[in-house]
Amino acid sequence: MKHTLAVLVENRPGVLVRVAGLFSRRGFNIESLTVGRTENHDVSRMTIQVEGDDRLIEQVTKQLHKLIDVIKISDISKEEYVDRDLVMLKVNTDPGQRVEILQMAGVFRARVVDLGRKTITLECTGNEGKINAFEESMRPYGIRELVRTGKIAMLRGSRFAGVSGAGKSDADEE
Amino acid sequence: MDITAAEALIRCLEKENVEVIFGYPGGANLPVYDALCYSSRIKHVLVRHEQGAVHAADGYARVTGKVGVCVATSGPGATNLVTGIANAYMDSIPLVAITGQVPTTQIGTDAFQEVDITGITLPITKHNYLVKDPNKLPGIVKNAFHIASTGRPGPVLIDLPKDVAQSRIEFKYPASVRLRGYKPTYRGHPTRITEIAGLIKHFKRPVIYAGGGINSSHAADELLQLAEKISAPVTNTFMGLASFPGDHPLFLGMLGLHGTRYANLAVTECDLLLALGARFDDRVTMHIKSFAPEATVIHIDIDPAEIGKNVLTHYPLVGDVKLILKALIQQLDQIDRSSWLARIRELKELYPLSYNRGEGLKPQFVIDQLSQFTKGDAIIATDVGQHQMWVAQYYRFTHPRTLVSSGGLGTMGFGLPAAIGACIGRPGQQVILVTGDGSIQMTIQELATMREQELPLKILILNNQSLGMVRQLQQFYCEGRHIAVDFKFHPDFMLLARAYGISGYTLQTEEDVINLLPQALSEPGPALINCLVPRDENVMPMVLAGKGIDEPIDH
Repeated sequence: MKHTLAVLVENRPGVLVRVAGLFSRRGFNIESLTVGRTENHDVSRMTIQVEGDDRLIEQVTKQLHKLIDVIKISDISKEEYVDRDLVMLKVNTDPGQRVEILQMAGVFRARVVDLGRKTITLECTGNEGKINAFEESMRPYGIRELVRTGKIAMLRGSRFAGVSGAGKSDADEE
Repeated sequence: MDITAAEALIRCLEKENVEVIFGYPGGANLPVYDALCYSSRIKHVLVRHEQGAVHAADGYARVTGKVGVCVATSGPGATNLVTGIANAYMDSIPLVAITGQVPTTQIGTDAFQEVDITGITLPITKHNYLVKDPNKLPGIVKNAFHIASTGRPGPVLIDLPKDVAQSRIEFKYPASVRLRGYKPTYRGHPTRITEIAGLIKHFKRPVIYAGGGINSSHAADELLQLAEKISAPVTNTFMGLASFPGDHPLFLGMLGLHGTRYANLAVTECDLLLALGARFDDRVTMHIKSFAPEATVIHIDIDPAEIGKNVLTHYPLVGDVKLILKALIQQLDQIDRSSWLARIRELKELYPLSYNRGEGLKPQFVIDQLSQFTKGDAIIATDVGQHQMWVAQYYRFTHPRTLVSSGGLGTMGFGLPAAIGACIGRPGQQVILVTGDGSIQMTIQELATMREQELPLKILILNNQSLGMVRQLQQFYCEGRHIAVDFKFHPDFMLLARAYGISGYTLQTEEDVINLLPQALSEPGPALINCLVPRDENVMPMVLAGKGIDEPIDH
């Protein structure tokens, strides 16, 4: 089963390599990992997708907790949550196909972000399934380039996986 | 008042009550050594190789319970610490390693003696720091000592670039540590403690399986009280040895690969296994499915990640084992288990540790005599290999923290420098290094450190003129094809002893041991005791790979 972990970490150099290194040396597979800062400037949030049974996820979580820079971990896939992935893709177009592609993009509520003589660049956000479907729909036209952000996720309603009252760490490296 | 960050570092170490640091100077850590000139409180022990510094700090930490500190320069100085840091990490030993680094302006340029030591030590430290802002150094040192010594202890590395060390700062040592991502659990969950207290009396055949956590948390007294109160026999992991009296009727000795047959059978027959500060290591469990197959498992450990890592636990309890045992003992009534203890006595009588005293001087005999002579009142350091297992089997430890040995990593060459650290940590205490002719040659240069520090260390070499443990493995796993295990050149250890100004003894017979060992151990200064033992002696019993601990072999 796929699990989505929201991992709050100190926003400082080297944290990503600590987390990624832990996954590789303990033999855990990362399906996707995104990282960015949060509402709190000295905290970053990683959204990590891991495939595995409950026992593996328990080990992943416990080992992550042992990293001093990891502040909080929530397995948000245990609860109701919303998730988004963003894709930018560049497809080949000849003038005859352009309308067709734009119509298709409309179905997925993708937006045109750039238009060239032979290519069109689209962006689309949505959950993973939608993005996968969008990618498949564009494939017949010839995808020249594709980039995805990976999944970010948040609990629904007033539940949250953020830092609250955790205070600030003193006297650490920048 | 303005001082350099290097001076601030030394002040921080003084604030942490550091009495001794083990180290080796170089270019990048010049400022740190320069600052050390002005400290009257910190003694510096100059080793002969950085590996010696980190192992000595490790040995010091093991016998004192304090944080060991070692210092090395950048590049090769730093990489020479790596084995020792990994060793401390595997055995959960509190260390702070301080390395010099090239100036920040040169980091990333492949500068002379530059190495990314924080990158290299990432998987073998509890945490590490590259100091970029000199003003943050005091806080980092404070955090480093806190992280190293609390929770499950471990090594922390601080990498200090030369220009940062030379920068001037306003010195202020933080009074407290606040790390929002690091809050070890000490008090076990009270409801769970009560639940476990109620549970124990319902089982008929409990065994206590006690590991290094008992030593780390100074819980030997509580372990003894618990065992006597619930009448449960105690087996130790290798790291747990010395945490339970070796001459106690409830003691089963070590379990696992080279454990006693009665310990392994008791674990196999038990219906309740109390795992205390132990981690179900592969050398303990062997074929994991046949390990304690009938047992309900209670696992008490300070590291939540150890719970459920190797075996499924029925009753996990996270916290400091000393605090938990204290609370648990209060809630327990005295339980007598005459039939189970009779069974234990029967197992001990049926399957005692034994060796053939036929030809030559047997290494087991030497250790047995050593144990009788010292009565467990010495600190025993070992290296890694057969001699180490014979110490585990035949030496009867009676005081906690009297075994200094590399368990998890199995580092040959650990013994001599670690014994030096132990001597410095416990002056006035008899320290004996039991080593092999293979292991001692890995860090033999530290004999000079030993002499320089005027340490009365006794070095007992069980000399089989070969790499005995590997030879034994080849015998069982390579159909007796022996390669690269027989030394064709042997140093003259008596001449070597003379070269370093150490008394030398050669023991070849049981009579030699009986007559000369007490004399050698009573020397006021250091002594090197070379015991010539047979090449082909094996450590027995032995559980072959893939087998359960209930089916060891004896020859």
